[in-house]
Amino acid sequence: MMLNLSGRKTLQIQTPEGVVFNLTVAGLFTRFLAWTVDGAAVMAASSLITTCTAFLAIISPDFANALSIILYAIISVGYGIYTEWKWRGQSWGKRLLRLRVIDASGLKLQLSQIIIRNLLRPVDLLPACYLLGGTFAFWNRRGQRLGDLAANTVVVAIPVAFTINTQSIKEAKYNSFRDYPHLESRLRQRVKPVEAALALDAILRRDEISPGARVELFKNIATHFRTLVPFEEKVDDMITDEQFVRNVVASIYRQNNARQPKSSSLELNVPSV
Amino acid sequence: MILDLQQFIATERPRWDELESLLMKIEEDPDLRLTLEQTRRFHYLYDRAASDLLRISTFASSPEILRYLEALVARAYGEIHETRDPRRRFLFWHWFSQQLPQTFRRHLTAFWCSLALTILGVIFGAGMLYLDPDAKETLLPFSHLQGKPSERVAQEEQDKGERLEGKKAGFAGFLMTHNIRVSLFTLALGMTYGVGTVVVLFYNGVILGAVSLDYIQDGQTRFLVGWLLPHGSIEIPSVMIAGQAGFVLASALIGSRKRMALLDRLAAVRDDLVTLICGFSLLLVWAGIVEAFFSQYHEPVLPYGVKIGFGLLELVLLCGFLAFSGRKGKPGSEPP
Repeated sequence: MMLNLSGRKTLQIQTPEGVVFNLTVAGLFTRFLAWTVDGAAVMAASSLITTCTAFLAIISPDFANALSIILYAIISVGYGIYTEWKWRGQSWGKRLLRLRVIDASGLKLQLSQIIIRNLLRPVDLLPACYLLGGTFAFWNRRGQRLGDLAANTVVVAIPVAFTINTQSIKEAKYNSFRDYPHLESRLRQRVKPVEAALALDAILRRDEISPGARVELFKNIATHFRTLVPFEEKVDDMITDEQFVRNVVASIYRQNNARQPKSSSLELNVPSV
Repeated sequence: MILDLQQFIATERPRWDELESLLMKIEEDPDLRLTLEQTRRFHYLYDRAASDLLRISTFASSPEILRYLEALVARAYGEIHETRDPRRRFLFWHWFSQQLPQTFRRHLTAFWCSLALTILGVIFGAGMLYLDPDAKETLLPFSHLQGKPSERVAQEEQDKGERLEGKKAGFAGFLMTHNIRVSLFTLALGMTYGVGTVVVLFYNGVILGAVSLDYIQDGQTRFLVGWLLPHGSIEIPSVMIAGQAGFVLASALIGSRKRMALLDRLAAVRDDLVTLICGFSLLLVWAGIVEAFFSQYHEPVLPYGVKIGFGLLELVLLCGFLAFSGRKGKPGSEPP
């Protein structure tokens, strides 16, 4: 099972050109919430139908009743199919919770895939409340329920828009790592983006953490970085674990800030997958 | 690779934006055809973004940009590398007369299994009722089938179909949707390696067998055939087609084509499943109409001979359609 640093499953796709990209698989709880929203949307649509057909019942109660039954069935079955096809893998609930159904190989989602994943839902619902589908998705490495497996689809989370505020990383007056440019370079090479982001997050949120937990946290992070790039003892011994992590983050991010004249934030709107 | 992130973004961002706007255009209009020049540009932008992704993935301080590029490249990858059939023009008549019967015949073994299980169920249901008449309550958990058949027949004939007066359309709607749901469930149970599908088909057969024997033993064979045949000649085969689809799904799961991987096996039957689903749903709509508006009328309003003749005609037409329609066209042929 492939997990990212936050412990969530990821879908890794390698293109024929050798480019690898990872997409975060949606969590079960988020999917359940999206399903609840969709359920509410179907209920709202059915009450609208009931209201409309009530007017029609003045002319023909029998026809109004038939229409109401048929339209409800079409909406409850067709809602997921229509919205996911129209919005390229999203229903109301999925849009709201930033989820999207994609082809598990990263290719374009086909109509037949959407139909199959939606029509196999009854078996996922067994015996009640998605117990079978949920259990299967929990153990499946791509978080697929049975319908997803048959359709070869995966529900992924869409990254949110982001901002990096590099102003908040204040470098110490003297960063002892700067005396070792080759080790700083190695740090930039070896530290993964998610690891750097995690260290940055730890620094930014240090005051929210209790002192004991903070010491433990920075000790763990520093130990991890030390295994990636061993510094000389005289550098290492003179500073605390937290300072070590601060130096690492400053070394990694410093190059960006050096040439940044005015704005200190990088803003990009993440596109939908 | 170490690079200057700000300069990198400043240089590459316009191309990412261009790729993104092109992608939005393509996604919004699936029928859009790019010119050769646009296609070349699209491919160039994709290559460039993919190469940027490779470069950025070695840069420690940019997880957000990495995610941005991953999402962008993922979208473009899906558009560029898709080799499956694009969205085709759907022609109902071509689908109905060619694709549906061809698909049905392609998976004929699964249909025979479906039929065999139903027949087994019929034998079992009839046998159980014959050996233990008290089992009727358990075998037929429907209130209108609990009483003595001859009493029901007398009541129905006296009623002259007025019982459903003003309710027929609603009843037809209920029958259609209920039967389609049950059939879809039968198909979906194929995901239990076909076990669930076997149970549903067998159980359907048990009910059919028990009802039939109950009416035959009470001397109401003509009523039974006249009542069941007009809608049953379509409805029962439709449920068996749903079972067929369930077995197609199950066989893809189990791996009847051993040389293919599981996902390839499932992908290979996906379109066929959708065709079968649409096929049985359509048949069940017809069966619902017939059951509500035709099957409920009995003698003296409607002679049983007419009802039986109508039912047999439907059955012959259905068998002929499934067996012979679309034989001239090549399997999987494009609509004209």
